[in-house]
Amino acid sequence: MQGMKRRGLTKKQIRGYREFLYILPFLLLVLIFSYYPLYGWVYAFFDYRPPTPLADSKFVAFKWFVYMVENPTRLKRLLEVLRNTFAISGISLFFSWFPMIFAIFLNEIKCVPYKKFVQTVTTLPNFISWVLVFSVAFTIFNGDGVISNLAMNAGWIDKPVNFLQNSNHMWFKMWLWLTWKNAGWAAIMYLAAITGIDEELIEAAKVDGASRMKIIWHITIPGILPTYFVLVMLNLASFLNNGMEQYFVFRNQFNSDYINVLDLYVYDLSREIGGYPLSTAFSILKSIVSITLLFATNWISKKIRGESII
Amino acid sequence: MGEPNKLESLSSIETDKLKAVGAGSEADLRSRYVDYVPPKTKMHMSATDKVISVIIYVTYAMLAFVCVYPFYYIFINTLSNNEASARGKVFLVPIGFHLTNYAKVAKIDGLIQAAEVSVARTVVGTILTVIVAAFLGFMFTRESLWHRKLWFRFVAATMYFNAGIIPWYLTMRNLGLTNNFWGYIFPVAVQPFYIILCKTYVESVPRELQDAAEIDGAGTMRVFFSIILPVIKPIIATIAVFAAVAQWNSFQDTLLLVTDKNLYTLQFTLYNYLQSANSLASLVNSSTSTDSMAQLLATASTNTSIRMTVTMVVVTPIMLVYPFFQRFFTKGIMVGAVKG
Repeated sequence: MQGMKRRGLTKKQIRGYREFLYILPFLLLVLIFSYYPLYGWVYAFFDYRPPTPLADSKFVAFKWFVYMVENPTRLKRLLEVLRNTFAISGISLFFSWFPMIFAIFLNEIKCVPYKKFVQTVTTLPNFISWVLVFSVAFTIFNGDGVISNLAMNAGWIDKPVNFLQNSNHMWFKMWLWLTWKNAGWAAIMYLAAITGIDEELIEAAKVDGASRMKIIWHITIPGILPTYFVLVMLNLASFLNNGMEQYFVFRNQFNSDYINVLDLYVYDLSREIGGYPLSTAFSILKSIVSITLLFATNWISKKIRGESII
Repeated sequence: MGEPNKLESLSSIETDKLKAVGAGSEADLRSRYVDYVPPKTKMHMSATDKVISVIIYVTYAMLAFVCVYPFYYIFINTLSNNEASARGKVFLVPIGFHLTNYAKVAKIDGLIQAAEVSVARTVVGTILTVIVAAFLGFMFTRESLWHRKLWFRFVAATMYFNAGIIPWYLTMRNLGLTNNFWGYIFPVAVQPFYIILCKTYVESVPRELQDAAEIDGAGTMRVFFSIILPVIKPIIATIAVFAAVAQWNSFQDTLLLVTDKNLYTLQFTLYNYLQSANSLASLVNSSTSTDSMAQLLATASTNTSIRMTVTMVVVTPIMLVYPFFQRFFTKGIMVGAVKG
């Protein structure tokens, strides 16, 4: 140790620096792919039209932000997109108890192989892509799909019906597909929470003659409510982030008025000629609102449960 | 070694039922003997409870059916006579069994290439992601690391923001990663969530193991490779599965970054098929003359069998690995849940 001190560095410090060098390449990857793109936000403040470089583009300050709401067609479009986003996220939030109920009653199945089978099968859709989900949807609801064929064979309809090419109940249908894909997976979290419930409580309730529904209502649900709370908070925090893939694959000319959500709109803008700055402006606003929502929900969580969610 | 799988101990609650069933697989034996819980006071089942049981069993049977039948339907239709399939006769078992669809699909221009790209990105991407997650997860537990907490936050923070499509695309273009295979790999190499999973796991490994090795003169890398890596295998398997599924399913990066057909993935190719099937369906819907409609329907039926076969090709790898890796999936989400 004495020898090391003379050079001003302990052995431990040297090791610390060396370890930093080991992780440096990966930190650089993070810097390049996650932090550096933030610099691209400057495009929103210029009249940027590729291939003209940014340096030759005119600085326009908040022109694009104003343009979003000033131009009547743009404003109409924006309101429509916001309506869809709020409707779809709102429906998910409203039905967010579904995976919890799914897990509670799955846990009531006492035949273990059957329970495992159900769990395995209902978790599967979570691991396939949205493109595949749409392929499944297409196979079932297209004009030559299962439903149309069954109805024709039964004589209910005399011409194939394509159920995907209309805009009826679009928001609810999107929720249904999302649930088909995710509910089984989301239930795993609740099943874990249920195993955490004190066995003795349930035994005691049984001895006291409580029925199954009573046990669920008075023991199971209160036991997993904290998990539900955390997931609802996370849901709220990502209210604006529906992602674009699901809506992108399901979109067609018939349903686009009801399926365009913010993430998809940002993508569409980026495909328009000269749409780069406007798309970026939307990304910026979306990020600001999302971060605010995240901190707000975290703050609420801390107030109510004394625990943060991030 | 490692922590007990919570879901498996969950099944131990029903040990008495399991005995009645007479199950004897390894997992069942384990839950029977290792996680054995004494049988509970058997309560008399009331009539309402019985009714509830029946409703539960039937409801879950329907939910399971809804999740699995579509895949089965597609599968039997790809094996059936295309005409029978087009007339919507195939619901339960294949009619007029043949494998021509698969032979035909193998000959489609670009499909084999797309499969190669998908496999390549899945293998390379998974290996890199796993190595990075394991190594950084370990390094972020090293108290000696210079500014350890700062760097950990630097990485973890990226979970909560996103610059947006255009800034990201322009970054990728500046780096020359558009129309480039590595554009599928590098952006997703460092995954904060996986790193946190690994970090949590390494923290659960007794510190004495590392200390003992260091007293014997092992350096950081030596400790990682010979002490940590063998012990954290379960979490590595979990992350590998997550990363592989994510790579295989990835669609958006091809959509945003790639115009070169040689770099199309299976997912993207399937999407293109669906799109053409979609527009064909619109044509059938809107066409008035019966002649052209018959022609369109004929094209549509070939198209349908091809589309379904490609769907099978894309979904089969997931179906094959899924039953084996389900326990890893479960474990992964548990560790994540503990963290959250």
